[in-house]
Order: sequence, then structure tokens, then C-alpha cells
Amino acid sequence: MLQTKIHNLILKNPVMTASGTFGYGEEFADFIDLNRLGGIIVKGTTGERRQGNPYPRMAETPSGMLNAVGLQNVGVETFCNEVYHRIKDLDTNIIVNVSGSSIEEYCKTASMIDALDRIPAIELNISCPNVKKGGMGFGTNPDMAAQVVSEVRKVYHKTLIVKLTPNVTSVVDIAKAVENAGADSVSLINTLLGMAIDVEKQRPYLSTITGGLSGPAVKPVAVRMVWQVAHAVKIPVIGLGGITCAADALEFLMAGAKAVQVGTANFIDPAVTMKIIDGLEEYCRRHGISDINEIIGII
Amino acid sequence: MRKQITDFTIVEKQVFNETYFTLKLQHPGILPEIKAGQFVEVEVPGNKQVVLRRPISIHDVDTDNNTITLLIQVVGKGTKTLSNMKEGDTINMVYPLGHGFSLEGEKVLLVGGGAGIAPLLHLSKCLNLKGIHPVILLGGRTKSLIPIQKEFEPYGQVCFATEDGSLGEKGLVTQHSMFSRDYDHIYTCGPTPMMKAVARHALDKGIECEVSLENMMACGIGACLCCVVDSDQGHKCVCKEGPVFNAKQLTNWINNK
Repeated sequence: MLQTKIHNLILKNPVMTASGTFGYGEEFADFIDLNRLGGIIVKGTTGERRQGNPYPRMAETPSGMLNAVGLQNVGVETFCNEVYHRIKDLDTNIIVNVSGSSIEEYCKTASMIDALDRIPAIELNISCPNVKKGGMGFGTNPDMAAQVVSEVRKVYHKTLIVKLTPNVTSVVDIAKAVENAGADSVSLINTLLGMAIDVEKQRPYLSTITGGLSGPAVKPVAVRMVWQVAHAVKIPVIGLGGITCAADALEFLMAGAKAVQVGTANFIDPAVTMKIIDGLEEYCRRHGISDINEIIGII
Repeated sequence: MRKQITDFTIVEKQVFNETYFTLKLQHPGILPEIKAGQFVEVEVPGNKQVVLRRPISIHDVDTDNNTITLLIQVVGKGTKTLSNMKEGDTINMVYPLGHGFSLEGEKVLLVGGGAGIAPLLHLSKCLNLKGIHPVILLGGRTKSLIPIQKEFEPYGQVCFATEDGSLGEKGLVTQHSMFSRDYDHIYTCGPTPMMKAVARHALDKGIECEVSLENMMACGIGACLCCVVDSDQGHKCVCKEGPVFNAKQLTNWINNK
């Protein structure tokens, strides 16, 4: 009833977890059956280990939060040699978010992940707003976006998802550019660039001054962008941004997303993904829907 | 220890002043083992703008009655909302989180300041079960900002330091006459400058010292990577790799004013 497809990937259901909000999945094993998920997008992984930005890295904002973690991760070698072996036998699609600062770095990481049997896809992150060379430079310019995708396409042979930033004038132009460069799917939106100031201390809440806004506050922006992109490209779209319940996920599906990712909501309720899957099943039963694909893109 | 998501019921609320209150919370079944120094992530109900849980240290545990008690300081919108909750209300928590105190040592000093006093009550009780009766040194700006006092008396030698002299000796905890005695293990929780001063003293004297940190966090389970401390081995999550750290792991942090 809930099965859906992204390029060659078969998802048990459209619910995946967003990169950077779900660790390597292990952190949530006490709370949920990870095998029930449609997919897990693991932590953004770079060519070398990264320490990330200094503390403080987060601030709560109305119905959301700002973060400036800055791609802290163990690096692709440790991922391949250690983390991969701990998680590879999960019965779900394990997708690695590949981040970087240069085309060479993206290609190095992508080609190393390409060799891992149990990783059927990568999500190319050309949209991190939190490091100086975090890829958002690639993701805000159609030519640059196309260039990095076509170079990674040469070394990566499985499903290539490209994660888009909302911090652009026309997300459709970027989506079309990466589609033409060989992307198999696009996911959107990454966080919206934002800022908050502690007026008592008279300084920004974040060590980096600006950071990425996520949570329910961004959902209407995300639904709008998913709807625009889904009508403009032929490749499948994955929607994310502020999903906290089945109704939120359904908005993205109706707007044209073939699957969704749950992000910040994992911090609020570590079991939220299971409730969303149950809620989608309940919705389909209630509306007499035998295949979730019937409602994808109906708007 | 497996982490859980559970609805607790508030069975007792005690308000000390505008700043501090306690909630005694009833588990619906059998409370799992909770180590001294562990914490909970509390959902803030009814305020749709406050989406994140609030990390609160566990103040007291009653395994006979399956209750835990939280000592909460009102600092912002989330804790203000929690302060309006009543006996009989339900509160959803993710717990038990983080690593607790080691319970090592023989001649033990506990140093708490402000809301950092919270985890020291459960710690005192756990130390007592091991036959250790610590010196418990509690500090604050003034008497009313040390909300819990007599509750500690059965578990060790309790002494106080206040900056205005309204309770115990006048001055900081590090200036108290009991502070510089001969100890082999110090446990501390409280304002960052206090913990750094205590930890510097311990490192100088070669005394084992454990500090319990309180960084801002989102998830509480090591996923968001927001609450990191700059440890000597790089960034570590306070929620998952802490909140209790041995001071020897944090010399960068301790010496960075």
C-alpha cells in the first residue's frame, strides 16, 4: 500500500530520515524498529574527518530551530571501515549524504561509497549553509551545480540524489540543471539561512552568527518548492522540511514528492517516524487508497 | 540501559520561589535503573512555538514508588511553561540519557551551585549505598538561590557558601574552609565558571574530578551534534558522551576562560 520508488530504489514506504538529524540510525534503535523505515539518510560525510563549528551551534526559534553544526563527521574512510559494518545489515535503504568543499572531494567520497555493496544511493549535498565551503556555493548556481553533478556522475554508478538549497531565487532552475547533468532524483529543501540574536547578551545565539533554519516553521516554503520542482522535472522528487506528522508528509506527497524525509521532528520525538508511517496507512485505509502513488502529485 | 519514551504523571509539585520548583513524577509501571548524573528530555506541552524538549537533570529517584523528581530552574519560555503545570498533569519524557557519575572515591567532595545542585541529591544517595559519606558543599549568590538544603543532611556533611553570607560561609564555594581539605574525588555541577575553578583546583592537586555539563541541546541522544564541548579529544556530545566528564578529558575547556 505504501511502497514507492525513487529511480532504482524500492522504498517500503515513503518515510525516510533526513541527514544530520538521525546520526547513523543507531542512536534511535532503542526507540523504533529501524527496518520499518523507507530509508535512512546518514550523517553528511566528507573526504576527511571534520570537527564542525564551535559551540554554540543551535538556537530554538518560533516553531523551529537554527543549527550551525558545520558537517562534523568521522570522514569517509572511517565511515567505510567502521560505521558501514555496524549498519550495513539493516533491512532498509541506507543512503549516504555526501558533502564537500570541492569537486575533487565530492568525487573522492562518492567513489569510495560506490564500492559499498549495501549502500544503494548517495545524496549529494550541494546545499550546506554552515561551512564556508559547504557546497552551498555549488547549489546556488545552476552551472556550478551541473558541473559538480556531472563530475560525480562519472564516478558514481548507483542512484544519485542531489539535495537542493532553498536559498536561491529559482529552485526550479537548479533542479533542471542537475537533472540535465545526470541526477536520478532531487531532495529538497535543505535548511533556510537564518539568524537570531540574544538581546540580553547583545550577541548572536550561534558561534557562526548565521545558521540553518529547520522545523515546522519552514514547512510551507518547502511544500511550495517541492510543488514547483515536481512540475518542472521528470526525475523523482523527495520532499522534506518541517514534517512532524502524517498530514505533513501527505502535503509533500500531494505536492509531488515520491518520498519524504523527516528531520528536526526526530529530535522532538525519537519515535515520530513510526507514527508517520502508521498515520499514512491509516489515511489510505480511511480514503480507500490501495496504493499511495495514487495521491502523489495530485495537486 | 535502554532509553524510553514515557508519559509520567505529576504527583507532587513544590514551588520554592520564582526561580525554582520541583516536580515528582510517577512512572506508569516499573522505573528502570537510573544512574546518578543522568538526565531526561522533557516535552514542553501546550506551547506550539516551543518545539524542542528541555534537558533536565534527575534530582531524586524513588525505586520503591517508581517516581523521579526534577529540580527545575525557570530560565526561559520552556521552563516557564513547565512551571505552570499542576499535580495530575501528564509529562512526556525521553530518558534515562547520558553517562552518570562513576561513584568512585573514598574521601569525596560534592560541589554544587544553583540548579547544578539538582543531580547531587541522587548522587549522595548512590554514594551512601556504597558506604561513602561525602562532604556536600552547596553555593549560591544568596540563601534563597540554594533551593534544596536539609534534604541533603542524611547523606553527608552539608555546608554552604553564599556570596552575601546569608547562609553558611560568605564567599564562593572555592573559598569555603571545607573546599581545600584532603579529598581523593570531587564531583561538581553548577555554573561553568564555578565548575572550571573546581576542576582547575582538582587537576592542580591531582584529585580525581568529574564535572557535569549543561550545554544547549536539541535531541539529547547524540544525533543532532549541537551540544558539543571542546574536549581534549575533539568535540564530544554532552548528551551522549557526557553530561559527566572526567576533568582530565577537558583540560582545554577548563583552562579556556
